[in-house]
Amino acid sequence: MDFGEPDFKRIAVFGGVYNNYLALQALANALPRHRVDAVFCLGDLGAFGPHPDRVFPLLEKHNIQVVQGNYDNSIGNDLNDCQCGYTDPRDNYFAQISYDYTKTNTHREFKNYQRNLPPEIRFNAHGKKVLLCHGSPRRTNEFLWESTTPTHFLEKICKDYQTDLILTTHTGIKWQRRLSDGKLFANVGVIGRPENDDKTNVWFSIVHFVPELRVEFVALEYDFQQLAKEMKEEKLPDEFIQTVLTGWWTTCLEILPGKERVRGKF
Amino acid sequence: MSASLLQIAALPENSPKVNFHGLDALWFQVGGTVCNLWCTHCFISCSPKNHSFEFMSASEVGRHIEESITYGVKEYYFTGGEPFMNRDMLAILEHTLQNGPATVLTNGILISPKIAARLREIVAAKLYTLEIRVSVDGFSEFTNDAIRGEGSFRRAIEGVRNLVDEGFLPIITTMQSWDESDNETVLAKFKEVLAGFGYSRPRLKIIPPLRIGREIVRYRGYTEGEYLTPEMMVGYDDRQLLCSTSRTITDRGVYVCPILIEQPAARMGNALAETFKPFPLYHQACYTCYLAGAVCSNFNPGRDS
Repeated sequence: MDFGEPDFKRIAVFGGVYNNYLALQALANALPRHRVDAVFCLGDLGAFGPHPDRVFPLLEKHNIQVVQGNYDNSIGNDLNDCQCGYTDPRDNYFAQISYDYTKTNTHREFKNYQRNLPPEIRFNAHGKKVLLCHGSPRRTNEFLWESTTPTHFLEKICKDYQTDLILTTHTGIKWQRRLSDGKLFANVGVIGRPENDDKTNVWFSIVHFVPELRVEFVALEYDFQQLAKEMKEEKLPDEFIQTVLTGWWTTCLEILPGKERVRGKF
Repeated sequence: MSASLLQIAALPENSPKVNFHGLDALWFQVGGTVCNLWCTHCFISCSPKNHSFEFMSASEVGRHIEESITYGVKEYYFTGGEPFMNRDMLAILEHTLQNGPATVLTNGILISPKIAARLREIVAAKLYTLEIRVSVDGFSEFTNDAIRGEGSFRRAIEGVRNLVDEGFLPIITTMQSWDESDNETVLAKFKEVLAGFGYSRPRLKIIPPLRIGREIVRYRGYTEGEYLTPEMMVGYDDRQLLCSTSRTITDRGVYVCPILIEQPAARMGNALAETFKPFPLYHQACYTCYLAGAVCSNFNPGRDS
Protein backbone atom coordinates (compact mmCIF):
# COMPACT_ATOMS: atom_id res chain seq x y z
CA MET A 1 0.00 0.00 0.00
CA ASP A 2 1.45 3.36 -1.05
CA PHE A 3 0.37 6.48 0.83
CA GLY A 4 2.09 8.79 -1.65
CA GLU A 5 3.75 11.91 -0.26
CA PRO A 6 1.93 12.99 2.87
CA ASP A 7 3.28 16.01 4.77
CA PHE A 8 4.21 14.05 7.89
CA LYS A 9 6.46 15.79 10.38
CA ARG A 10 6.03 13.16 13.08
CA ILE A 11 4.36 9.78 13.20
CA ALA A 12 3.79 7.26 15.98
CA VAL A 13 4.66 3.64 15.17
CA PHE A 14 4.25 0.54 17.30
CA GLY A 15 4.14 -3.22 16.91
CA GLY A 16 2.80 -6.33 18.62
CA VAL A 17 -0.45 -5.42 20.39
CA TYR A 18 -0.81 -9.07 21.43
CA ASN A 19 -4.43 -8.40 22.57
CA ASN A 20 -3.15 -5.84 25.09
CA TYR A 21 -5.99 -3.38 24.57
CA LEU A 22 -5.12 -1.65 27.86
CA ALA A 23 -1.69 -0.68 26.52
CA LEU A 24 -3.30 0.38 23.23
CA GLN A 25 -5.72 2.62 25.15
CA ALA A 26 -2.80 4.07 27.15
CA LEU A 27 -0.99 4.76 23.89
CA ALA A 28 -4.06 6.51 22.45
CA ASN A 29 -4.23 8.64 25.60
CA ALA A 30 -0.56 9.61 25.22
CA LEU A 31 -0.72 10.54 21.53
CA PRO A 32 -1.93 14.17 21.88
CA ARG A 33 1.27 15.00 23.80
CA HIS A 34 3.35 13.91 20.82
CA ARG A 35 1.41 15.90 18.19
CA VAL A 36 1.77 13.21 15.55
CA ASP A 37 0.34 13.42 12.04
CA ALA A 38 -0.48 9.72 11.77
CA VAL A 39 -0.33 6.48 13.73
CA PHE A 40 0.85 3.13 12.37
CA CYS A 41 0.85 -0.37 13.80
CA LEU A 42 3.23 -2.94 12.33
CA GLY A 43 1.04 -5.94 13.03
CA ASP A 44 0.46 -8.91 15.35
CA LEU A 45 -2.76 -7.63 16.86
CA GLY A 46 -3.48 -10.90 18.63
CA ALA A 47 -1.65 -13.34 20.95
CA PHE A 48 -0.63 -13.53 24.59
CA GLY A 49 -3.27 -11.30 26.25
CA PRO A 50 -7.05 -11.43 26.83
CA HIS A 51 -10.10 -10.29 24.84
CA PRO A 52 -8.87 -9.96 21.22
CA ASP A 53 -12.01 -8.13 20.09
CA ARG A 54 -11.31 -5.15 22.34
CA VAL A 55 -8.41 -4.13 20.08
CA PHE A 56 -10.42 -3.57 16.89
CA PRO A 57 -12.61 -0.63 18.10
CA LEU A 58 -9.54 1.23 19.34
CA LEU A 59 -7.78 0.88 15.99
CA GLU A 60 -10.83 2.25 14.23
CA LYS A 61 -11.50 5.04 16.72
CA HIS A 62 -7.94 6.38 16.50
CA ASN A 63 -7.58 5.87 12.74
CA ILE A 64 -4.54 3.62 13.13
CA GLN A 65 -3.14 2.21 9.89
CA VAL A 66 -2.05 -1.39 10.30
CA VAL A 67 0.47 -3.59 8.47
CA GLN A 68 -0.31 -7.30 8.47
CA GLY A 69 1.81 -9.39 10.82
CA ASN A 70 2.21 -13.16 10.67
CA TYR A 71 -0.36 -13.50 13.46
CA ASP A 72 -2.92 -11.39 11.59
CA ASN A 73 -2.32 -13.44 8.45
CA SER A 74 -2.95 -16.64 10.41
CA ILE A 75 -6.02 -15.42 12.30
CA GLY A 76 -7.43 -13.73 9.21
CA ASN A 77 -7.09 -16.88 7.15
CA ASP A 78 -8.11 -19.31 9.91
CA LEU A 79 -4.76 -21.12 9.76
CA ASN A 80 -3.79 -23.68 12.38
CA ASP A 81 -0.82 -21.85 13.87
CA CYS A 82 0.63 -18.37 14.24
CA GLN A 83 3.58 -18.73 11.81
CA CYS A 84 5.76 -17.06 14.43
CA GLY A 85 8.73 -19.14 13.34
CA TYR A 86 9.51 -20.79 16.68
CA THR A 87 11.44 -24.04 16.54
CA ASP A 88 11.52 -25.20 20.15
CA PRO A 89 8.78 -27.58 21.41
CA ARG A 90 8.14 -25.57 24.61
CA ASP A 91 7.98 -22.30 22.68
CA ASN A 92 5.54 -23.86 20.24
CA TYR A 93 3.44 -25.32 23.07
CA PHE A 94 2.81 -21.93 24.63
CA ALA A 95 2.47 -20.19 21.26
CA GLN A 96 -0.28 -22.66 20.36
CA ILE A 97 -2.23 -22.04 23.59
CA SER A 98 -2.13 -18.35 22.87
CA TYR A 99 -3.07 -18.83 19.23
CA ASP A 100 -6.00 -21.15 19.91
CA TYR A 101 -7.39 -18.74 22.50
CA THR A 102 -7.09 -15.75 20.14
CA LYS A 103 -8.57 -17.61 17.19
CA THR A 104 -11.55 -18.79 19.23
CA ASN A 105 -12.25 -15.35 20.66
CA THR A 106 -11.83 -13.20 17.55
CA HIS A 107 -15.07 -12.11 15.82
CA ARG A 108 -15.45 -12.92 12.14
CA GLU A 109 -15.56 -9.21 11.24
CA PHE A 110 -12.18 -8.64 12.93
CA LYS A 111 -10.76 -11.73 11.19
CA ASN A 112 -11.85 -10.36 7.82
CA TYR A 113 -10.18 -7.06 8.67
CA GLN A 114 -6.92 -8.84 9.54
CA ARG A 115 -7.02 -10.95 6.39
CA ASN A 116 -7.17 -7.82 4.23
CA LEU A 117 -4.38 -5.86 5.90
CA PRO A 118 -1.50 -4.84 3.61
CA PRO A 119 1.86 -6.63 4.05
CA GLU A 120 3.68 -3.30 3.83
CA ILE A 121 3.02 0.44 3.78
CA ARG A 122 5.17 2.88 1.87
CA PHE A 123 5.23 6.65 1.64
CA ASN A 124 7.63 9.52 1.09
CA ALA A 125 8.02 12.13 3.80
CA HIS A 126 10.31 15.15 3.59
CA GLY A 127 12.42 13.51 0.93
CA LYS A 128 12.73 10.17 2.74
CA LYS A 129 11.36 6.96 1.28
CA VAL A 130 9.71 5.05 4.12
CA LEU A 131 8.87 1.33 4.28
CA LEU A 132 6.80 -0.09 7.14
CA CYS A 133 6.60 -3.86 7.51
CA HIS A 134 6.29 -6.55 10.17
CA GLY A 135 9.40 -8.77 10.26
CA SER A 136 11.49 -7.59 7.36
CA PRO A 137 10.75 -6.26 3.89
CA ARG A 138 11.47 -9.69 2.45
CA ARG A 139 9.66 -11.95 4.91
CA THR A 140 6.84 -11.26 7.36
CA ASN A 141 8.15 -13.62 10.02
CA GLU A 142 11.86 -12.84 9.77
CA PHE A 143 13.45 -11.99 13.12
CA LEU A 144 15.74 -8.95 12.94
CA TRP A 145 17.48 -8.79 16.32
CA GLU A 146 20.09 -6.17 17.06
CA SER A 147 22.85 -8.72 17.69
CA THR A 148 22.18 -10.83 14.58
CA THR A 149 21.59 -8.14 11.97
CA PRO A 150 24.75 -6.86 10.30
CA THR A 151 24.90 -3.28 9.12
CA HIS A 152 25.88 -4.41 5.62
CA PHE A 153 22.73 -6.57 5.50
CA LEU A 154 20.58 -3.54 6.36
CA GLU A 155 22.37 -1.43 3.76
CA LYS A 156 21.61 -4.09 1.18
CA ILE A 157 17.90 -4.37 1.95
CA CYS A 158 17.58 -0.57 1.90
CA LYS A 159 19.07 -0.69 -1.57
CA ASP A 160 17.10 -3.74 -2.73
CA TYR A 161 13.81 -2.24 -1.53
CA GLN A 162 14.71 1.33 -2.53
CA THR A 163 14.06 2.94 0.80
CA ASP A 164 15.69 5.34 3.29
CA LEU A 165 13.86 4.26 6.43
CA ILE A 166 12.75 0.74 7.31
CA LEU A 167 10.55 0.18 10.36
CA THR A 168 9.90 -3.35 11.65
CA THR A 169 8.79 -5.19 14.81
CA HIS A 170 8.23 -9.00 15.32
CA THR A 171 11.06 -9.66 17.79
CA GLY A 172 9.54 -7.79 20.73
CA ILE A 173 12.69 -5.81 21.52
CA LYS A 174 13.34 -2.35 20.09
CA TRP A 175 16.59 -1.15 18.56
CA GLN A 176 17.80 1.12 15.80
CA ARG A 177 20.87 1.70 13.67
CA ARG A 178 22.07 4.63 11.59
CA LEU A 179 23.13 3.64 8.08
CA SER A 180 25.10 5.37 5.35
CA ASP A 181 23.72 8.35 3.39
CA GLY A 182 21.30 9.34 6.16
CA LYS A 183 19.39 6.06 6.01
CA LEU A 184 17.97 4.51 9.15
CA PHE A 185 16.62 1.16 10.35
CA ALA A 186 14.50 0.74 13.47
CA ASN A 187 12.73 -2.14 15.15
CA VAL A 188 10.00 -0.19 16.93
CA GLY A 189 9.35 -2.72 19.70
CA VAL A 190 5.91 -3.86 20.89
CA ILE A 191 3.17 -2.59 23.19
CA GLY A 192 1.82 -6.06 23.97
CA ARG A 193 4.33 -7.25 26.51
CA PRO A 194 7.38 -5.86 28.32
CA GLU A 195 10.88 -6.15 26.94
CA ASN A 196 12.42 -8.90 29.09
CA ASP A 197 14.19 -6.27 31.18
CA ASP A 198 12.68 -6.47 34.69
CA LYS A 199 10.34 -3.55 33.91
CA THR A 200 6.58 -3.68 33.36
CA ASN A 201 6.31 -0.86 30.81
CA VAL A 202 6.11 -1.39 27.06
CA TRP A 203 7.48 0.72 24.18
CA PHE A 204 6.42 2.60 21.09
CA SER A 205 8.26 4.92 18.70
CA ILE A 206 7.94 8.46 17.44
CA VAL A 207 9.53 9.01 14.04
CA HIS A 208 10.62 12.62 13.44
CA PHE A 209 11.07 13.68 9.82
CA VAL A 210 12.08 17.26 10.64
CA PRO A 211 14.48 18.88 11.16
CA GLU A 212 16.18 15.57 10.46
CA LEU A 213 15.19 11.93 10.40
CA ARG A 214 15.33 10.26 13.81
CA VAL A 215 13.47 7.62 15.82
CA GLU A 216 12.63 8.23 19.46
CA PHE A 217 11.69 5.28 21.67
CA VAL A 218 9.00 6.12 24.23
CA ALA A 219 8.28 4.09 27.36
CA LEU A 220 4.58 3.47 27.90
CA GLU A 221 3.05 2.70 31.27
CA TYR A 222 -0.36 1.02 31.41
CA ASP A 223 -2.51 -0.84 33.95
CA PHE A 224 -0.57 -4.10 33.88
CA GLN A 225 -2.22 -5.29 37.10
CA GLN A 226 -5.61 -5.10 35.41
CA LEU A 227 -4.24 -6.97 32.38
CA ALA A 228 -2.87 -9.71 34.62
CA LYS A 229 -6.21 -9.96 36.42
CA GLU A 230 -8.11 -10.35 33.15
CA MET A 231 -5.60 -12.90 31.84
CA LYS A 232 -6.15 -14.94 34.98
CA GLU A 233 -9.93 -14.70 34.57
CA GLU A 234 -9.52 -15.94 31.00
CA LYS A 235 -7.42 -18.86 32.27
CA LEU A 236 -4.38 -17.89 30.20
CA PRO A 237 -1.11 -19.53 31.30
CA ASP A 238 0.46 -18.33 34.52
CA GLU A 239 3.76 -18.08 32.61
CA PHE A 240 2.26 -15.26 30.50
CA ILE A 241 0.88 -13.50 33.56
CA GLN A 242 4.28 -13.60 35.26
CA THR A 243 5.78 -11.81 32.25
CA VAL A 244 3.21 -9.03 32.56
CA LEU A 245 3.81 -8.70 36.31
CA THR A 246 7.62 -8.94 36.32
CA GLY A 247 8.84 -7.79 32.91
CA TRP A 248 10.77 -11.04 32.37
CA TRP A 249 9.96 -13.31 29.44
CA THR A 250 9.15 -16.84 30.53
CA THR A 251 8.22 -18.38 27.18
CA CYS A 252 9.27 -18.16 23.53
CA LEU A 253 12.86 -17.80 24.72
CA GLU A 254 14.69 -20.23 22.46
CA ILE A 255 14.47 -17.94 19.44
CA LEU A 256 16.48 -15.27 21.28
CA PRO A 257 20.13 -14.87 20.22
CA GLY A 258 22.66 -15.42 22.99
CA LYS A 259 23.41 -11.74 23.44
CA GLU A 260 19.74 -10.83 23.99
CA ARG A 261 18.96 -14.01 25.95
CA VAL A 262 21.70 -13.52 28.50
CA ARG A 263 20.24 -10.14 29.51
CA GLY A 264 17.02 -11.85 30.61
CA LYS A 265 16.31 -13.88 33.70
CA PHE A 266 15.23 -17.17 32.07
CA MET B 1 23.49 -54.20 -1.64
CA SER B 2 25.08 -52.22 1.17
CA ALA B 3 23.71 -48.87 2.26
CA SER B 4 26.84 -47.06 1.15
CA LEU B 5 26.55 -48.47 -2.36
CA LEU B 6 22.90 -47.50 -2.45
CA GLN B 7 23.92 -43.90 -1.94
CA ILE B 8 25.61 -43.99 -5.30
CA ALA B 9 23.32 -46.41 -7.11
CA ALA B 10 20.11 -44.65 -6.14
CA LEU B 11 20.99 -41.22 -7.53
CA PRO B 12 17.89 -40.29 -9.50
CA GLU B 13 18.50 -38.62 -12.84
CA ASN B 14 15.61 -36.22 -12.40
CA SER B 15 16.61 -34.74 -9.05
CA PRO B 16 14.64 -31.64 -8.12
CA LYS B 17 16.62 -28.42 -7.91
CA VAL B 18 16.73 -26.02 -5.00
CA ASN B 19 16.64 -22.36 -5.96
CA PHE B 20 19.24 -19.93 -4.70
CA HIS B 21 17.54 -17.04 -2.87
CA GLY B 22 20.60 -14.99 -1.98
CA LEU B 23 23.48 -15.53 0.42
CA ASP B 24 22.18 -15.24 4.00
CA ALA B 25 24.61 -17.58 5.76
CA LEU B 26 28.25 -18.23 5.00
CA TRP B 27 29.85 -21.35 6.43
CA PHE B 28 33.58 -21.92 6.79
CA GLN B 29 35.11 -25.38 7.07
CA VAL B 30 37.67 -23.66 9.23
CA GLY B 31 38.81 -26.82 11.01
CA GLY B 32 39.03 -28.83 7.82
CA THR B 33 38.31 -32.49 8.51
CA VAL B 34 40.85 -32.59 11.33
CA CYS B 35 39.41 -33.35 14.74
CA ASN B 36 40.64 -34.37 18.18
CA LEU B 37 37.79 -36.90 18.42
CA TRP B 38 36.82 -39.88 16.29
CA CYS B 39 33.03 -39.94 16.64
CA THR B 40 31.18 -42.97 15.37
CA HIS B 41 28.35 -40.89 13.87
CA CYS B 42 30.44 -38.23 12.10
CA PHE B 43 28.87 -37.55 8.72
CA ILE B 44 32.17 -36.40 7.21
CA SER B 45 34.35 -38.94 9.01
CA CYS B 46 36.56 -36.34 10.74
CA SER B 47 39.48 -37.58 12.83
CA PRO B 48 43.01 -36.65 13.90
CA LYS B 49 44.21 -38.31 10.70
CA ASN B 50 41.68 -37.04 8.16
CA HIS B 51 43.41 -34.28 6.18
CA SER B 52 41.02 -34.29 3.22
CA PHE B 53 40.41 -30.66 4.12
CA GLU B 54 42.89 -28.54 6.05
CA PHE B 55 42.56 -25.57 8.40
CA MET B 56 41.74 -22.21 6.89
CA SER B 57 43.89 -19.22 7.82
CA ALA B 58 42.63 -15.94 9.29
CA SER B 59 43.65 -14.07 6.14
CA GLU B 60 41.83 -16.56 3.90
CA VAL B 61 38.65 -16.31 5.98
CA GLY B 62 39.02 -12.53 6.19
CA ARG B 63 39.12 -12.20 2.42
CA HIS B 64 35.87 -14.09 2.07
CA ILE B 65 34.20 -12.05 4.81
CA GLU B 66 35.13 -8.84 3.01
CA GLU B 67 33.60 -10.26 -0.16
CA SER B 68 30.48 -11.41 1.70
CA ILE B 69 29.66 -7.85 2.76
CA THR B 70 28.76 -7.06 -0.86
CA TYR B 71 26.21 -9.87 -0.80
CA GLY B 72 24.56 -8.76 2.44
CA VAL B 73 25.38 -11.97 4.32
CA LYS B 74 23.49 -12.13 7.60
CA GLU B 75 25.44 -14.67 9.65
CA TYR B 76 28.71 -16.62 9.70
CA TYR B 77 29.24 -20.22 10.84
CA PHE B 78 32.51 -21.99 11.63
CA THR B 79 32.80 -25.74 11.65
CA GLY B 80 35.24 -28.59 11.08
CA GLY B 81 36.72 -30.85 12.22
CA GLU B 82 37.29 -29.10 15.48
CA PRO B 83 37.53 -25.32 14.89
CA PHE B 84 39.52 -24.64 18.06
CA MET B 85 42.33 -26.87 16.80
CA ASN B 86 42.91 -24.08 14.29
CA ARG B 87 45.39 -21.67 15.91
CA ASP B 88 43.83 -18.75 14.00
CA MET B 89 40.36 -19.38 15.43
CA LEU B 90 40.31 -16.55 17.97
CA ALA B 91 41.64 -14.06 15.43
CA ILE B 92 39.02 -15.26 12.96
CA LEU B 93 36.22 -14.69 15.47
CA GLU B 94 37.59 -11.30 16.46
CA HIS B 95 37.47 -10.16 12.83
CA THR B 96 34.16 -11.81 11.99
CA LEU B 97 32.34 -10.25 14.94
CA GLN B 98 33.27 -6.81 13.70
CA ASN B 99 31.09 -7.57 10.69
CA GLY B 100 28.25 -9.78 11.86
CA PRO B 101 27.09 -12.57 14.17
CA ALA B 102 29.19 -15.74 14.38
CA THR B 103 28.50 -19.31 15.43
CA VAL B 104 31.15 -21.92 16.19
CA LEU B 105 30.39 -25.65 16.17
CA THR B 106 32.79 -27.31 18.60
CA ASN B 107 33.15 -30.40 20.75
CA GLY B 108 34.10 -28.11 23.64
CA ILE B 109 37.18 -30.03 24.65
CA LEU B 110 39.66 -27.24 23.94
CA ILE B 111 37.60 -24.54 25.64
CA SER B 112 39.79 -24.05 28.69
CA PRO B 113 39.11 -21.31 31.28
CA LYS B 114 41.68 -19.19 29.44
CA ILE B 115 40.03 -19.65 26.01
CA ALA B 116 36.57 -19.00 27.48
CA ALA B 117 37.83 -15.80 29.11
CA ARG B 118 39.39 -14.67 25.84
CA LEU B 119 36.11 -15.37 24.01
CA ARG B 120 34.29 -13.22 26.56
CA GLU B 121 36.75 -10.39 25.98
CA ILE B 122 36.27 -10.66 22.23
CA VAL B 123 32.49 -10.66 22.33
CA ALA B 124 32.08 -8.05 25.08
CA ALA B 125 33.23 -5.22 22.85
CA LYS B 126 31.15 -6.31 19.87
CA LEU B 127 27.64 -5.46 18.76
CA TYR B 128 27.04 -8.93 17.37
CA THR B 129 26.35 -12.20 19.11
CA LEU B 130 28.73 -15.14 19.33
CA GLU B 131 26.95 -18.47 19.57
CA ILE B 132 28.97 -21.46 20.66
CA ARG B 133 27.43 -24.82 19.88
CA VAL B 134 28.91 -27.64 21.89
CA SER B 135 28.17 -31.16 20.69
CA VAL B 136 27.23 -33.55 23.48
CA ASP B 137 25.56 -36.80 22.48
CA GLY B 138 23.27 -37.72 25.29
CA PHE B 139 23.00 -36.63 28.88
CA SER B 140 25.42 -39.16 30.36
CA GLU B 141 28.90 -40.50 29.90
CA PHE B 142 27.29 -43.79 28.94
CA THR B 143 25.43 -42.45 25.88
CA ASN B 144 27.94 -39.76 24.86
CA ASP B 145 31.19 -41.67 25.21
CA ALA B 146 29.86 -44.62 23.23
CA ILE B 147 29.63 -42.23 20.25
CA ARG B 148 32.28 -39.59 20.91
CA GLY B 149 34.96 -41.58 22.72
CA GLU B 150 36.00 -42.34 26.26
CA GLY B 151 36.26 -39.32 28.55
CA SER B 152 34.72 -36.95 25.98
CA PHE B 153 31.57 -36.28 28.02
CA ARG B 154 33.52 -35.09 31.06
CA ARG B 155 35.83 -32.94 28.95
CA ALA B 156 32.96 -31.42 26.89
CA ILE B 157 31.06 -30.56 30.06
CA GLU B 158 34.18 -28.85 31.43
CA GLY B 159 34.21 -26.72 28.29
CA VAL B 160 30.53 -25.91 28.75
CA ARG B 161 31.14 -24.99 32.38
CA ASN B 162 34.02 -22.71 31.41
CA LEU B 163 31.77 -20.92 28.92
CA VAL B 164 28.93 -20.57 31.42
CA ASP B 165 31.38 -19.17 33.99
CA GLU B 166 32.25 -16.47 31.48
CA GLY B 167 28.60 -15.55 30.90
CA PHE B 168 27.91 -17.52 27.72
CA LEU B 169 24.79 -19.59 27.12
CA PRO B 170 26.22 -22.26 24.81
CA ILE B 171 23.82 -24.22 22.62
CA ILE B 172 24.17 -27.90 23.45
CA THR B 173 23.77 -29.80 20.22
CA THR B 174 22.91 -33.45 20.24
CA MET B 175 22.18 -35.93 17.50
CA GLN B 176 18.87 -37.69 17.97
CA SER B 177 19.94 -41.26 18.65
CA TRP B 178 16.67 -42.17 20.36
CA ASP B 179 13.04 -42.48 19.19
CA GLU B 180 11.45 -39.14 18.37
CA SER B 181 8.66 -39.92 20.83
CA ASP B 182 11.25 -39.80 23.62
CA ASN B 183 12.35 -36.22 22.78
CA GLU B 184 10.54 -34.59 25.69
CA THR B 185 11.93 -37.05 28.24
CA VAL B 186 15.46 -36.76 26.89
CA LEU B 187 15.34 -32.96 26.86
CA ALA B 188 14.07 -32.86 30.44
CA LYS B 189 16.81 -35.21 31.59
CA PHE B 190 19.41 -33.22 29.66
CA LYS B 191 18.32 -30.00 31.38
CA GLU B 192 18.46 -31.68 34.78
CA VAL B 193 21.96 -33.01 34.20
CA LEU B 194 23.28 -29.71 32.85
CA ALA B 195 21.76 -27.83 35.79
CA GLY B 196 23.70 -30.20 38.02
CA PHE B 197 26.88 -29.04 36.28
CA GLY B 198 25.98 -25.39 36.86
CA TYR B 199 24.23 -24.61 33.57
CA SER B 200 20.84 -23.60 34.91
CA ARG B 201 19.16 -22.35 31.72
CA PRO B 202 20.60 -24.50 28.97
CA ARG B 203 19.81 -24.05 25.29
CA LEU B 204 19.45 -27.35 23.48
CA LYS B 205 19.32 -28.24 19.82
CA ILE B 206 18.47 -31.71 18.54
CA ILE B 207 19.82 -32.64 15.13
CA PRO B 208 18.43 -35.59 13.20
CA PRO B 209 20.96 -38.26 12.20
CA LEU B 210 22.58 -37.74 8.81
CA ARG B 211 23.02 -41.26 7.52
CA ILE B 212 26.30 -40.77 5.70
CA GLY B 213 29.97 -41.01 6.70
CA ARG B 214 30.58 -43.17 9.78
CA GLU B 215 26.90 -43.09 10.74
CA ILE B 216 26.32 -45.74 8.05
CA VAL B 217 28.36 -48.18 10.07
CA ARG B 218 27.23 -47.01 13.54
CA TYR B 219 23.53 -47.37 12.76
CA ARG B 220 22.46 -47.42 9.12
CA GLY B 221 22.62 -45.62 5.80
CA TYR B 222 19.65 -44.29 3.85
CA THR B 223 17.18 -46.80 2.52
CA GLU B 224 16.30 -47.10 -1.13
CA GLY B 225 13.21 -44.88 -0.94
CA GLU B 226 14.85 -42.04 1.01
CA TYR B 227 15.59 -39.48 -1.68
CA LEU B 228 13.84 -36.47 -3.15
CA THR B 229 11.66 -36.43 -6.24
CA PRO B 230 10.37 -33.38 -8.14
CA GLU B 231 6.86 -34.18 -6.93
CA MET B 232 7.98 -33.81 -3.31
CA MET B 233 9.03 -30.20 -3.95
CA VAL B 234 5.59 -29.13 -5.20
CA GLY B 235 4.20 -26.70 -2.64
CA TYR B 236 7.34 -27.00 -0.50
CA ASP B 237 8.97 -23.73 0.57
CA ASP B 238 12.58 -24.42 -0.39
CA ARG B 239 13.79 -21.47 1.73
CA GLN B 240 13.67 -23.91 4.64
CA LEU B 241 16.71 -25.62 3.15
CA LEU B 242 20.14 -24.30 4.09
CA CYS B 243 21.36 -24.66 0.50
CA SER B 244 18.81 -22.12 -0.74
CA THR B 245 20.52 -19.27 1.14
CA SER B 246 23.97 -20.54 2.11
CA ARG B 247 27.31 -21.79 0.83
CA THR B 248 30.28 -23.45 2.54
CA ILE B 249 33.84 -22.31 1.95
CA THR B 250 36.66 -24.79 2.42
CA ASP B 251 40.38 -24.71 1.67
CA ARG B 252 39.48 -26.64 -1.48
CA GLY B 253 36.68 -24.59 -2.97
CA VAL B 254 33.07 -23.67 -2.34
CA TYR B 255 30.52 -26.37 -1.55
CA VAL B 256 26.75 -26.33 -1.49
CA CYS B 257 26.52 -27.16 2.23
CA PRO B 258 28.65 -28.34 5.16
CA ILE B 259 27.14 -31.84 5.10
CA LEU B 260 28.21 -32.81 1.60
CA ILE B 261 31.82 -31.60 1.46
CA GLU B 262 33.10 -35.13 0.89
CA GLN B 263 30.89 -35.47 -2.19
CA PRO B 264 32.72 -34.22 -5.33
CA ALA B 265 29.41 -33.30 -6.98
CA ALA B 266 28.68 -30.89 -4.13
CA ARG B 267 31.68 -28.71 -4.98
CA MET B 268 30.17 -25.78 -6.85
CA GLY B 269 33.27 -23.78 -7.76
CA ASN B 270 36.39 -21.94 -6.70
CA ALA B 271 34.78 -18.58 -6.03
CA LEU B 272 31.61 -17.70 -4.18
CA ALA B 273 30.06 -15.72 -7.01
CA GLU B 274 30.07 -18.70 -9.36
CA THR B 275 28.01 -20.77 -6.90
CA PHE B 276 24.94 -18.51 -6.86
CA LYS B 277 22.75 -20.83 -8.88
CA PRO B 278 20.25 -23.66 -8.31
CA PHE B 279 21.59 -26.99 -7.09
CA PRO B 280 20.24 -30.51 -7.71
CA LEU B 281 19.07 -32.19 -4.51
CA TYR B 282 20.57 -35.44 -5.69
CA HIS B 283 21.99 -36.76 -2.44
CA GLN B 284 20.07 -38.90 0.02
CA ALA B 285 21.20 -36.63 2.88
CA CYS B 286 19.03 -33.95 1.22
CA TYR B 287 16.10 -36.10 2.29
CA THR B 288 16.91 -35.43 5.96
CA CYS B 289 17.08 -31.67 5.40
CA TYR B 290 13.80 -31.85 3.47
CA LEU B 291 12.07 -33.42 6.46
CA ALA B 292 13.74 -31.39 9.19
CA GLY B 293 14.44 -28.01 7.55
CA ALA B 294 17.81 -26.29 7.83
CA VAL B 295 19.23 -28.77 10.33
CA CYS B 296 22.61 -27.03 10.57
CA SER B 297 21.32 -23.52 11.34
CA ASN B 298 20.88 -22.26 14.88
CA PHE B 299 17.24 -21.65 14.10
CA ASN B 300 15.25 -22.82 11.14
CA PRO B 301 14.04 -19.85 9.15
CA GLY B 302 10.44 -21.01 9.25
CA ARG B 303 7.86 -21.08 6.51
CA ASP B 304 7.08 -17.89 4.71
CA SER B 305 3.85 -16.33 5.84
